[in-house]
Amino acid sequence: MNHYTLWHALIGGILIGLASLLATVLSGKIPGISGVFGRLLVAATPDKTWRAVFLFGLIGGAALSFALWQSAALFRPRRPLIVMAIAALLVGFGTRLGGGCTSGHGVCGVGMGGKDSIAATLIFMVTAMMIVFIYNRVVL
Amino acid sequence: MKAGKMILFFVAGGLFGTGLAISGMTDSARVIGFLDLFGAFDPALLFVMAGAVGVYGLGILILRRVKNRDLKLPSPTPSPVDRQLIVGSAIFGVGLGGFCPGPALANLGALRIEALLFVPAMAIGMFLAQRFFGATR
Repeated sequence: MNHYTLWHALIGGILIGLASLLATVLSGKIPGISGVFGRLLVAATPDKTWRAVFLFGLIGGAALSFALWQSAALFRPRRPLIVMAIAALLVGFGTRLGGGCTSGHGVCGVGMGGKDSIAATLIFMVTAMMIVFIYNRVVL
Repeated sequence: MKAGKMILFFVAGGLFGTGLAISGMTDSARVIGFLDLFGAFDPALLFVMAGAVGVYGLGILILRRVKNRDLKLPSPTPSPVDRQLIVGSAIFGVGLGGFCPGPALANLGALRIEALLFVPAMAIGMFLAQRFFGATR
């Protein structure tokens, strides 16, 4: 488990799919991370408890995995903190405006064959590729 | 809501976080490696998405055939591809070279400075979109 291979990517993906499926059955909603988290910040949201519990579980599961496996704990920062802060504002704003992130649109929406999610996923992936292309060649 | 259901929500979250960490998606270099088509390309993210989309899609397909009045699934009708979706997704794409929301939260589990900075800033962005731009989807 300590040497990363593409099997880790596939198995990790399957776990993410299963987790999303379980949360969908439990909540009756699409459990995208940006939506689950974002709605915690709205006072009128009636079902805050499961959202918080789900996200604490996510952080706990990751913490345990980081402790158990070297390959999971690998972290290589690629952007200075000021760039991360600006990116974070854009990620928060964009995911809520666009109605989903890599999990809500990318995994669940695409998995259900939703045209809206397929469009959203193509848009954020292609935009991200263009920005990384420019950043890695112009800034670095 | 029942305690048993909350335990299951915690388990679902735990599986999600474990999947993110095992798949290597909590490592910024691997995500940026996928996005950098003309650089040191890393295909891992495609395998993660294939596994996740495949399992979720198949699972929903099966669950939609289950006849159980207690089983509530999200609406199969997609939302319109409107200006909000297009502009929002493009803005998300610009920031994607930082973290996705899931990996940002997962990295709180290692108390990484990047995540400790990213998550509150992301929350501010979310708050602004929800409070002033009608983002309720």
